[in-house]
This record gives sequence, structure tokens and C-alpha cells, in this order.
Amino acid sequence: MSESSRDRRGVLAEEASFRGEPVQLLTPDGRRRSHPDVVVGMDDGEILAAYRDMVLVRRFDEEATALQRQGELGLWVSSLGQEATQVATARALRSQDVVFPTYREHGIAWCRGIDPVAVLGPFRGISHGGWDPREHGVHLYTLVIGAQTLHATGYAMGVQRDGAVGTGDPTRDTAVLAYFGDGASSEGDVSEALGHAAVFNAPVVFVCQNNQWAISVPAERQSRVPLHRRSQGFGFPGLRVDGNDLLAVHAVTTAALDRARAGDGPTLIEAFTYRMAAHTTSDDPTRYRSEAEVEQWRGRDPVARVERYLVDRGLADEDSLAAVRAEGDALAERIRRECTALPDPDPETMFEHVYRDPHPLVAEERSWFAAYRASFLDDEVGG
Amino acid sequence: MSAPGAADRTEARRPTELTLVKAINAGLRAALERDRTVLVMGEDVGRLGGVFRVTDGLQKDFGEDRVVDTPLAESGLIGTAIGLALRGYRPICEIQFDGFVYPAFDQIVSQLAKMPYRSRGALRLPVVIRIPYGGGIGAVEHHSESPEAYFAHTAGLRVVTCATPEDGYWMVQQAVESDDPVVVLEPKRRYWESAPVDVTAAPVPLHRARVVRSGRLVTIVCYGPTVRTALDAAAAAGAEGIGVEVVDLRSLSPLDVATVEESVRRTGRLVVVHEAPVFLGLGAELAARVTERCFHDLEAPVLRVGGFHLPYPPARMEDAYLPDLDRVLDAVDRVLAF
Repeated sequence: MSESSRDRRGVLAEEASFRGEPVQLLTPDGRRRSHPDVVVGMDDGEILAAYRDMVLVRRFDEEATALQRQGELGLWVSSLGQEATQVATARALRSQDVVFPTYREHGIAWCRGIDPVAVLGPFRGISHGGWDPREHGVHLYTLVIGAQTLHATGYAMGVQRDGAVGTGDPTRDTAVLAYFGDGASSEGDVSEALGHAAVFNAPVVFVCQNNQWAISVPAERQSRVPLHRRSQGFGFPGLRVDGNDLLAVHAVTTAALDRARAGDGPTLIEAFTYRMAAHTTSDDPTRYRSEAEVEQWRGRDPVARVERYLVDRGLADEDSLAAVRAEGDALAERIRRECTALPDPDPETMFEHVYRDPHPLVAEERSWFAAYRASFLDDEVGG
Repeated sequence: MSAPGAADRTEARRPTELTLVKAINAGLRAALERDRTVLVMGEDVGRLGGVFRVTDGLQKDFGEDRVVDTPLAESGLIGTAIGLALRGYRPICEIQFDGFVYPAFDQIVSQLAKMPYRSRGALRLPVVIRIPYGGGIGAVEHHSESPEAYFAHTAGLRVVTCATPEDGYWMVQQAVESDDPVVVLEPKRRYWESAPVDVTAAPVPLHRARVVRSGRLVTIVCYGPTVRTALDAAAAAGAEGIGVEVVDLRSLSPLDVATVEESVRRTGRLVVVHEAPVFLGLGAELAARVTERCFHDLEAPVLRVGGFHLPYPPARMEDAYLPDLDRVLDAVDRVLAF
């Protein structure tokens, strides 16, 4: 990083401190901190369960990266370093809440019961989706940056029309969670989503995972002010949280979701985190960021700090941690086995689901294609 | 379904004379009445009733939650309509003018059109996008365009266009009943033309072309605003003893090629007329398909009459730009002389 960009980052930090430090409840060395406005909402059992999620998601991510290196996936988009935000936000959801992710939210998918092998499908080139969004309350990954924030907002407007906000019934009141990144904050769709959510008071929580880099472009090239302050201009609250702090992210997300479900409108959460790996397996981050920066963030690792906390509190020991790691290895082994066994789809299935109602052109081209393929089979049989 | 207007019982069976604007309004009203998940959304569609008054009175009768004045953001309009559809609603979005649809292009072409496919049919997106389109009203820039080819080119979308008030009345209702996204293009220079609307007769299927005038020698295929132009040209040719058949395409995706093919087999000559630039337009697709299917029946090459390869010109030149009766007759003469 150049001196000047480091200076700009310094200005950002200063502005952030003007608004108060990012909310933090667990320090990088695993100590609990108190906060005047935010209280921990997870008990020890939930923290242990979330820790397990984070370890398994990280192991899944590691295995997917390896699968890509070995040619089993065309591409992989690593979530390394962002496990706390993803697991904490997902664990703050109620079953009726609905999530609109971008494409790096493997931790969300995991926590909502989507099989990791299904998540690999698009990266292996066998699907564009991989799961039924209705079954898991998780929409498909969206690759066009920021587009899903509008879908989330519209969905939340539908929730309003269904009368599923502000009833006080915890099984009925529904919130929508929209994820985007620091790069996406520059997209027009994100501004339009924030604007629509505000004027319609939609029950949507925006989680901006500011992982500092939009491929090679640093966050200060996206915004002159801390991203959480964007919401002020639209007329709803925003805050910055330590995105590598499981407890803090869970606490602020729980509060924001409660607010949305109660009918009090949207919230913007800027989860300040770091993309520890490359943007994708096709990217080379050594071209644009320093090892020193990465090392600094390694010291704030989201998994390690929960591990320290659990050990210090006597909630985990070497044996129990090893057991979770072993579970991760077993998961990775299953993912590898099932991923490599995934068959290529029959090409004729590419004609399916273009439309729901019959469409003569698709039908015509499909039957032509089938006959064309069959002509080769006839040749083979005849030859 | 309620009859448009306040026709009394004795008149209920007689087709009502309506402008295209009023007919579409009646169609929207019927759709809103029939299904509580139907929403109308767009810029100025509520209190104002739309800049063309197509949604006049709907917000008053159906409320602000169902007839929604949206922020001025076309991508936001379509993007939130997608989200509403995912929640089970059937939004009918109004894009105020053709040239303002492009800010929503990603949401239409990459999100709306592809989402059912990406989900392998798990998701349905019954979103209707109404777009007043075409020129001829002396408008300023970006208010006279014909963007149909972009959308017809996109798999996952259906694209239809009305030429008459009766089609305007029915098409929007048929579109909202489709479980696929449908773009409904409304010829704005025909908005104020009146014709009978029979709300009791069974409507023509949404994706069926219709022979609107019979003739022996030449087939003209047209749609939307140029149907009236083609009918006028056919009448003029008929006065000179030249039988011109006019096919109103009605659906641009899918195309009812069979109806066109059947006509061309009889006449042996095809002229395609549209306002959009001819280069890579619907006429090019029709010419290719007709040539593939009717090669031995053709007496002449397929000719196209349409816009030139230039941005829509300033209004004082649009009469020269738009295909008019003389340009259509010129093409008729050329296919006959071949």
C-alpha cells in the first residue's frame, strides 16, 4: 500500500473513532469487554455451537480451495476470515427470517442447513444455484454486485404487506437480511435499496461485510466516510461492529433484527472484517496488498479469539477442540468425496426451467438438439 | 370480471368504446380486483394516475399498499418488484417512458429473466413490466424509443405489445396471470385512439399473432404502433386492386411464426414493419425464419421497413424517421416488382 492510501485509511479510522469505536465485546486475545449499549445475547452453549460452526465452515472453505487447485472446481470464493460475521448473523435469525446473500456467504449457507456440496455446484459448473431458496430461507448467491439488496428490500416490502411485522408474535414477525460488501456500497442498486428500505420502512437489515478490499481496490476508494454512516443520509441507523467478534456481531444483529420485526424499519450494520484469502482463486493479492497488513489482521482472527475465550473460561480444552477439528476433517472428506462424484448434468437439461409456462422456441430448439445428439448415437451404433 | 366504465345492465353485453389508455386502466382494475396479490407500482402511478393516466383512480380505490408510488429509481422499481414476487406478489411495474428502462436493464435482463432458471424452477417471478414505447408524439429525447429487441433477445422474458384497446385490456391481465416475467409494450401514440372493447368475449391467447386484414398478394407483419399504419397502407393498396394481408404479431417473444408462415405461403411476399431500427430487429428474425421455412414459396426477398441506424431523431424530424404509409407502400411495390 502506498503512503498516501495509508494516510487516507488513517483519516477513516479517525472518523470512525469520532463516531465511537466499532462495537466489540470480545477482544482479539479472547477477553470479554463490556459496552454501554450492547449486551451479549449468546449463552455458553450457543458460543460453543457457533465456534463449531466457524471451525467447520473454515474447514469447508479450505477444502473447497484445495478442490479448486486440483481442478475439481472452476473457481472458489473464499470466506476465510469472515466466519464470525457470517455465523453470528445467521445465528441471530429466526426460522421465518429470509437471507439475501452475495456470493461469499458460505457461513450463512452452512448455518441454515444448506449442504456444502450444493454450494460447490456453481463453482464446479453444474448449476447456477444449487439449493431451493424457499426451503432454507436463503436466496441464491448473486454475482452482479449489489443487485440482491433490492430483492431483499422488495421481499421485506412483501413481508409488510403480509402483516408479518409488528404483531408481537415471535413466530410471525419476520425480518430480511441483505448482505453486501464494501465494493458493492458504490453500486447504484445499494443506494436505491437503502432509499427504498428507508421510505417504505421495510423490515430489512443490511449487513455490509467491509472486508477492506474489492478485489484490488481498497475501501477508501469506495467511500470518503465510514460505510455505516451511509444510512444516516437515508434516515435510519447504522453502526460499525468488529466483524471478527462473534459476540458483538451477534448482539448488534439480534437488536437490528428485533427492530425490523417490530416494524421500526431498517438498520445498516458495517461489519469491519478482512478478506484473509485472495478475492477468488483466480486472484493474486500480492499485487495490491502487503503481507504486513494481512499479518496484522491475522492477529484479529475471529476463530482464534473465540477459542481462547472458551479455553480461558474452561468451556473447552485441547481434547474438545481436537474433536471439533476432527469433525471438520470428516466433513471435508465427505465434501471431497461427494463433490468429485458429482456427475456432469445431461446437456439436454440446460433447456429446462427457462420459462414456467410452455415456450415454443425453447421446445423447438430442445427437440432439435435432442435429435441432433441422437444422430451421433445412431452413427455410433451403425458404425 | 367487471366491465370497464359504468355501463348499465342493458349495455353490459355491447362492446364499450374505449381509448387504449382507458382500456389498459380497466384491465389493471380487473387484475387488481381479481387477485389481492396483484400490485401496481411505478413512478407517479398513484396520486397522479401515471403521466399518461393509465393508472388513473387505481390508488384511490385499491390503496397505497397495492398501487405504489415508488421512489424515482427504475432499477429499484424492478429490483424490489422481484423481491415482492419472491414473497408471493404479482407486481405490475410501469416504466414511465421507453428510454427510462435502461437503468433497470440489469434487474430485468440478469436478475428477473434468469432467476427462475438459476433456481431450476424453484422460484417463479410473475412480474409484469409495462413500457409506453415508440415515437410520433413530438416528445423530447429518450421518450420515443422502441427497445423491444433487447428484451425479445433475452431468454426468460416474454414480450408482447398491443395495437388495439381490446388487446390492451386483455394483454395486461393475461400477462399478470403468467408465471413468467412479461414485458408489455404499449404504443403511446395510440393511447388516445378509441375502439370497441368486448370484455365478455374470450380473449385471443397472449402469444398468438392475428390476421387483421386479408389479402392475396403481400403479407405485412407489424405490431404495436405500426398496425394502424399497415392497415392504412393496405387500404390504399386495396384501392388500387392490390390485396395486402396484415398480420398483427402481438407477441414478440415467443413469436407466432406459424401464423406468419401460413400467410406468407399464400401471398409469397413479406414486408415487416416496425418503428425500431431494422438492423438486428424483429424484422431480421422474421426474415430469417420465413426464409428457412418458406423458401420455395417466396416470390421476393423479405423486406423490412423501420427505423434507421441512428439515435431517435429530434421530434421535428420524426415524421421522416418513422415508417409511414408511403414507406410501407414503397416496400409493397418493391416486393411486387421483384
